[in-house]
Order: sequence, then C-alpha cells, then structure tokens
Amino acid sequence: MGKLIYLDNAATTRTAPEVVEQMLPYFSELYGNPSSIYDFAAKSKEAVMKARGQIADVLGANKEDIYFTAGGTESDNWALKAAFEAYKDKGNHIITTKIEHHAILHTCEYLEKQRHARVTYLDVDENGIIRLEDLEKAITPETIIISVMFANNEIGSIQPIKEIGMIAKEHGILFHTDAVQAFCQVPIDVNECNIDMLSSSAHKINGPKGIGFLYIRKGVKNRSFIHGGAQERKRRAGTENVPGIVGYGAAAQRAAASMEERTKKECELRDYLIGRIMNEIPYVKLNGHPQKRLPNNVNVSFQFVEGESLLLMLDSYGICASSGSACTSGSLDPSHVLMAIGLPHEIAHGSLRMTLSEETTKDDLDFTVDKLKDIVQNLRNMSPLYEDFIKKANA
Amino acid sequence: MYSEKVMDHFQNPRNVGEIENASGVGTVGNAKCGDIMRIFLDIDEDTHIIKDCKFKTFGCGAAVATSSMATEMVKGKTIEEAMQVTNKAVMEALDGLPPVKIHCSLLAEEAIHAALWDYAEKHHITIEGLKKPKSDIHEGEEEEEY
Repeated sequence: MGKLIYLDNAATTRTAPEVVEQMLPYFSELYGNPSSIYDFAAKSKEAVMKARGQIADVLGANKEDIYFTAGGTESDNWALKAAFEAYKDKGNHIITTKIEHHAILHTCEYLEKQRHARVTYLDVDENGIIRLEDLEKAITPETIIISVMFANNEIGSIQPIKEIGMIAKEHGILFHTDAVQAFCQVPIDVNECNIDMLSSSAHKINGPKGIGFLYIRKGVKNRSFIHGGAQERKRRAGTENVPGIVGYGAAAQRAAASMEERTKKECELRDYLIGRIMNEIPYVKLNGHPQKRLPNNVNVSFQFVEGESLLLMLDSYGICASSGSACTSGSLDPSHVLMAIGLPHEIAHGSLRMTLSEETTKDDLDFTVDKLKDIVQNLRNMSPLYEDFIKKANA
Repeated sequence: MYSEKVMDHFQNPRNVGEIENASGVGTVGNAKCGDIMRIFLDIDEDTHIIKDCKFKTFGCGAAVATSSMATEMVKGKTIEEAMQVTNKAVMEALDGLPPVKIHCSLLAEEAIHAALWDYAEKHHITIEGLKKPKSDIHEGEEEEEY
C-alpha cells in the first residue's frame, strides 16, 4: 500500500506538530497543578489563561466565559442538562433539530425520559437546513433553550445561526450551538450571533483529543455539571488538562490565523471533488447544501451500492473516508441525518463522506476519484438492485 | 474488524454473476436494512446436483463475503447436502464474523433456501426440511437497547 489519503477530517485530525511541540513542556518540566500556590505552578496557570484568551479571541468572547471540558460531547451534555436544571422554573421545553449529533439527541432523550422534558425536534429541508418559520412556531412560553448545531458533521450544512440567535434573543430564550465542526472552519462571533452557549472540541482543528470547551455567556445560570474542586470558576471541577488546554489554545490560534486562506483552498478542492464525481460517475447525488456547507465537506450517495463495501474497497487503496450506512453505525438503520433530509433507505446506505484538510492535494482527490469510479462500477456489477434497474431500463 | 478470510472473499468474491435460465433463483433481504442477496442455481434434474451457483449482493463486507463463501460451499453438492449448509457453517468457514454482522450471515442461508424453494416449485417437488422463504429476513429482529 502506498500513501495514506486521509479524507476523514470530520472524524478527527492530525495534531499539528507545532501544537504538539507547545504541549510537550507541560507533560515534563512544567507539570505543576494550576491550583497550587507556589511559583512553579504559576506557569501552568498562566498557560491555561493564555489558551483561554487564544480561544476567546476566535469567538469574540470574554475569556472568562470559556470553560474547558473533556470534549464536545461533555460540552453538549453540560449545556443542555445544566440549562434544563437551572431554568426549570421557567419551563421544560427544549427546541432542537433532527440532525444534531448524538451528544445532543441522546441528551435530549435522557431529559425527556428522566426529567420530563418536552423536546421539539425540528425538521430540516432537503439540503439539511432548518426553516426559521418552523422554529418560530415551535416556541412556547415554556421554551427554555434552543439548541441548533452550527454546521452538520455528516452533510456539512451550515444553519442560519445569526437568524436563530436573533429569534432566541427576541423571545428571551437561551441559544446553544454545537460548533464542533464549525469552530475555526467558518467565522463565528458569539455576540453578533447572540450565542449564549457554544460547544467545541480541539481534535477537529489539529488539536489534541480529550479537550473541549463550553462557552457560557456571562449571566447564563448554568451550574456545575462535574462536581468537585473549584477549577474553571467553580463550574467544572477536576484538575485542568494543562497540556490539552495548551494544545487547544495553540491549535485555535493556528487555525484562526490560517482560516481565510485554508478554507478558500479547501472550498476549491471540495468543489473540484464534487464536480468530478458528479460528472464522471452516474446515478450519484450530492447530500447537503451545494453552497451553504463546510469548506471541507463532501457527502455523496451512490445508488445501488452499500457504504461499508465502498469504505472497505477505498481502504484497500489507503483512502480513509466514512459513510452513513447502517452497517457502519452498528445498527440496522442508516444515518438519522440522511433520513431527515428525506433520502430513501437504499440511497442513504450508499452514502460516502469525504472531509478534507489543509494537507489534502488535488492529486489525492484525482487518485480517489479514479479508484472510486472502478469501485462503484464493480460493486454495481455485483448489485441485484443495479441488475433490476438496468433490466427495467432496457425493457 | 474482519478476518483475513472475510476480506479475501470480500475483495475477490467467487461466483459473482447471473445464470441465464437458472433452475432456481432466490432473493432475500431488503434495501431498508441495507442488504439484498440473490442466488442463482443450476441444478441437474436427474442427479439433483448443483452444477453451478452464482450470486449478486447489495450489502456490506460481511454480506458479500458470506455470499461468496456460501456459493462455494453448495457448488457440486446435491440439494440434500446443500440443505446442510447453515449460516453457522458459512460463518465458521469464514473464521467468524463480528457480533453485529451475524445477521448478514443469515442472508446466505436464506437466499440458498429461497433459490431451492423456487426450484422445487418449478419442478413440483418437495425438498425435505425446506420452508417457504420469509419475505423479510429481519422480521422479529430487534435492535439492542442500552
């Protein structure tokens, strides 16, 4: 096998070597606990503060409003569970969407089952974008939180976050957004968009795994979710993951600095990849919005073939991608996102997600499309669905 | 995730294709669950020997590999012997499948039975132990709650 072509950057990314380099001292010589009083530990505390500032700068936020967590999933859990608890006197209604990450959906299901929450799951259109009138209609006096992801992890669709923030503000409802895929991929200003809470994770932007943050606007009453010591302004207990936090700060600064140039290049490559696939492979559909999508996200469905087979064949050429087919989810149902945009099961089973990075080259994509053409044709030759389709077409 | 044998049968599947004027054809599974298997049999009417067996499958690696292995296992056998080729036997021949993929292996046994059922109906014969194929092999199968 030759070179590895990694097209699964929505799953995770390589920790950038310069990020690792900045983290390393905090594993070895600067191992002090930021809570300790002596001068030696002050360096750890300073490092955490610096990273908090680096991240806040990207969002136009106050650095006191950034709370480090163990990742996007914890941030999502904290945002919803703590807000539900803090605002239960006002009501029990949550509005979210059908295409959220499971960190949101399963948290909502938990709140429904265990805490008697009432949850509205908004539909999305065929491009995976919510309708603002649906959101307006769903609002009741009991609505305490609106949680809509900034951009979808599977199909890359970017939601009208500014408009949602405006609606939430008008109605005095908290607005949370899961920005795990969007942070440092699209410009975000928490004030401009009226975002009260925002979840993010370092390993999606060339930072380390196991570290994330929740932005909580000053005044939002969310209390502690992890109980213990007084870290993170008494809101998130546990000794700080100092190397992780340092890595996150470095990764955020790096990704924000390169955002304009990097995403411009990624958009060009993304559209090149989409163009080649759509032009050169028959019976294929682009999933997600053609323009309002993450710069690095390509998601297509190949009719008559199944996603896991596609992934295994691509893997044999060193190409890493992902799929929303049932067989890759460990259940019998294909991705809830692909179902929500109205794809029939058999089309959803044939989905392929390729997510690019700054390292992706045009040559990588040409190699991928060349292989993909053969793979899809071979799998179709083996497919009874294709056989039936061709026979019907010739009849 | 998969054994070497599964990967071999997935990447180099044996007996892919169709048999024109097949003695029996069986299709099982559904697109909803993401796997459909079609088996073609060429059976000698006098000896009841399966002279040839081909398949077409829409499905994951496990579904393709079990189709390939199952066709290998029934080729050259009599109908009665082919009836003994169970999903367990196919799985063992593939050095096992991950637990979430066991339902895929059921397809192969069901597809062979469906093709034999088709043959039996066409020739007005009864094959001992053969039941009418289910229209949906996932009937009654439930997802794990956790």
